[in-house]
Amino acid sequence: MKKTLAIAVSAAMLTGLLSACGGSGTASNGEVNVYNWGEYIDESVLDDFEAQTGIKVNYQYYDSNETMYAMLSGGGAEYDVIIPSDYMIARLISEDMLEPLNFDNIPNFSDIDPELKNPEYDPENLYSVPYMWGLMGVIYNTAMVDEADLGSWDLLWNEKYAGDIVMIDNSRDAIGIALKSLGYSYNTTDETQIVEAVDLLIQQRPILQGYVMDEIFGKLEGGNAAIGTYYYGDYLTMLESNPDLGFYLPEEGTNIYVDAMCIPKGAANKENAEAFINFMCSTEVGLKNCEAIWYSTPLLSVREELDPEVSSDPYAYPGAEILAQCESYAGLPQNILDLYDSEWTRLKSAT
Amino acid sequence: MKKNGPISRIYIFLIFLFLYAPIFVLIAFSFNDSRSNAVWGGFTLDWYLELFQNRSVLEALQTTLLVSVLATAIATVAGTASAIGFYNLRGRARTVCLSVNNIPLTNADIITGVSMMLLFVFTGQVLAQWGIDFSLGFPTLLIAHITFDIPYVILSVMPKLRQLDPHLAEAAQDLGATGLYAFFKVVLPELMPGIVSGMLIAFTMSIDDFLISYFTAGGQTSTLSMVVYSMVRRRVSPEINALSTLMFLAVLLLLILINLRQSGGLRRSRRAGRGPAAEGILSLANEDLDVPAQDR
Amino acid sequence: MKHKSLAIPYVGWMALFVVAPLILVVVYAFTTREGGFTLDNFSNMVQYAGVFGRSFLLAFLATLVCILLGYPLALLLAREQSRLRGMAMLLIMLPMWMNFLLRTYSWVFLLERNGFFNTLLETVGLPKLDIIGTPAAVVLGMVYNFLPFMVLPIFSVIEKIDPRVIEAAQDLGANSAQVFRRVIFPLSLPGVLSGVTMVFIPSVSTFVISRLLGGGMNLLLGDLIEMQFLGSAYNPHLGSAISLVMMVIVLVSMGLMNRFGEGEGEAVLL
Repeated sequence: MKKTLAIAVSAAMLTGLLSACGGSGTASNGEVNVYNWGEYIDESVLDDFEAQTGIKVNYQYYDSNETMYAMLSGGGAEYDVIIPSDYMIARLISEDMLEPLNFDNIPNFSDIDPELKNPEYDPENLYSVPYMWGLMGVIYNTAMVDEADLGSWDLLWNEKYAGDIVMIDNSRDAIGIALKSLGYSYNTTDETQIVEAVDLLIQQRPILQGYVMDEIFGKLEGGNAAIGTYYYGDYLTMLESNPDLGFYLPEEGTNIYVDAMCIPKGAANKENAEAFINFMCSTEVGLKNCEAIWYSTPLLSVREELDPEVSSDPYAYPGAEILAQCESYAGLPQNILDLYDSEWTRLKSAT
Repeated sequence: MKKNGPISRIYIFLIFLFLYAPIFVLIAFSFNDSRSNAVWGGFTLDWYLELFQNRSVLEALQTTLLVSVLATAIATVAGTASAIGFYNLRGRARTVCLSVNNIPLTNADIITGVSMMLLFVFTGQVLAQWGIDFSLGFPTLLIAHITFDIPYVILSVMPKLRQLDPHLAEAAQDLGATGLYAFFKVVLPELMPGIVSGMLIAFTMSIDDFLISYFTAGGQTSTLSMVVYSMVRRRVSPEINALSTLMFLAVLLLLILINLRQSGGLRRSRRAGRGPAAEGILSLANEDLDVPAQDR
Repeated sequence: MKHKSLAIPYVGWMALFVVAPLILVVVYAFTTREGGFTLDNFSNMVQYAGVFGRSFLLAFLATLVCILLGYPLALLLAREQSRLRGMAMLLIMLPMWMNFLLRTYSWVFLLERNGFFNTLLETVGLPKLDIIGTPAAVVLGMVYNFLPFMVLPIFSVIEKIDPRVIEAAQDLGANSAQVFRRVIFPLSLPGVLSGVTMVFIPSVSTFVISRLLGGGMNLLLGDLIEMQFLGSAYNPHLGSAISLVMMVIVLVSMGLMNRFGEGEGEAVLL
């Protein structure tokens, strides 16, 4: 009898294990796993995609490039489509973590603005299709901030607004802001400059209300904080619920970024992923998505269809003068990436 | 003992106010026709409608229920059997087994989560060399849940085993029952209260878990807790309030049902005023008291 | 009844999913990304002393507040009639069954600069309460979440005290303060100890409460570990080392406390 029971118990546990293993094998047909930033899509286009193609979309989101990278390199997941920013794409390419795309399956790629093709982060344009792009800047509450204090990154260090400032919660952007306000390049590989920038961020800590990513929506829309930095598209979204908000590009220069769709190495549903990417690049879907999240679209046909007021917005579709002020993030060598990680931990754990 | 005076009653009331006021405010604002968390903009049910159209919430609810039910079922069977096995061990073997069994309970959840994540990632790397694809997902989530559920079942079955008269099964066998028959007809019913409360605790732990799931579910499987986590880190959305309200009502309903059932069927073995779940959680609260006392 | 073999499958399961993962934590803590042996992960630990300090301090404060609020509550509830007592226990457990992220979120909702409380205070003409993003908010979140874990074990121990023991003490001339100090309190100590364990460990290792209520400014050990595994600074080796050190400190201090607590309990009983 004891043996029967022991066998039964083993069987129960094995069932656990097997049903477990069985589960992982089923994701091969009719699915696409999409991993995107939070607040960065009109979710109804996912339903449209399912209705049109019969492919089921599993949609998950992350809050920063670094989180996405941790998830991907931790073997944490199997995604079919990811939407990292430029510098992260460069890193993923150099670490051989992306799958080359079959552009025959993505005919809508022809609609992409030629300026955005063959970018620095993917010189031969083998791995990525631009999703959205935009500028970063300072968002402030006009009712709470003096106009005279505007104009520079220094506003984020202005003690007059102690307790009313929220700082961006990821290493590349936060350290980048400090580098810019010190007059350095975003892409410096000079370790002392990076350490100096982090020291500047440590000085800033006492006057901060917190480090935030998408929490910034609630903070600024509700008047719970007066000053923060985020992306212009999100500023337009916030403006809809709080008309008191303003936006400017700091005079020291700011970041211009492109987020592009890629397929991670070994993706299980590569063709579905390409179908999804192509779908997102169609005029109709691109327009719907753009009008929901207000980032700048890379699709020429969508830009034509947009309300002229939007497409002539100098911050959304900047001219040469503004672009001259902007610098994009480039891929960094491994030793600098490690330094970013350890310096970021130093900043966050400072007391 | 002396009865409580008015000051004591006020104290009790204040603590309950502290525990419940935040929940009631959330419930009230789930009907607020404004995104604001301070200004009342009229009554609406829109947030509930939006919640039910939110695909990630619905999918996560499904995942949560599935993993909790499966893990609880497996853990209850395996835990009961293992408890019997442990009970019959002697000396050092038993001490070692019970201590290892206690590890997931005493360790901080984050360490359990992180260590299992390391194991799964490591396994994935090893298997990848042989061309086998293995990554975090529902399977690893289920394994993690079973692993932290079993100790609770063992801990609640153990005391019942100690109370068991060792001659009971023998007597049954003397009267002609086969071993298996005696076990199911005589021993198991005696253990049942412990098994039921172990099962309820395991289910509660699975449903409520966030930390361990967060590290073992991977990126494409999400439990409800994980979706809530990503929701609360984004905009303040009254959808979350609607979700809180529904969860509160569900739990309330469940507790009332359990209590009704308890006053009907299981009364024989219980003191008045407490359901098996309550009993289970109380015995859980005492887990540190029971086990070491037995070991020493 | 000799069914030792029933233990075998689970022993295998534990070896695979409880012991092996912990061994991996140790292995990761002592290796580099390239796989070589290193002690760097530990020697770098000094710079996180502040985080260790803050975590243990805040968790200690939260545990203390839980005892101060929870002990009287458990004592008073144990004195109520059984019907009320049962109700009260259910009411204490009810929030525990609700998702703890939602419970924590409810405080974000209440405490924001322009949130519910401050709007209320403003209408009454009182100054605003600026606590979100401070250590105080983190402690508040811990107390709110874990208070039931303190009340329940204390309550169940006090409830089990034989009323005849108390009557005996009274018959022997003890007043109510003496009854409490010499009889009830020593007998309830095991409940307090298990409450302390159940509040302190989740408090010291949380990252959700500090993230939501501490505004990402009051990093705790949990945040530090999470950052290294799934957060913005990917380094599982450092994360493992921090986990290992935290685990050792927590286990040692809990072990010491239990030993000390037992000695204490027996001494008072004698």
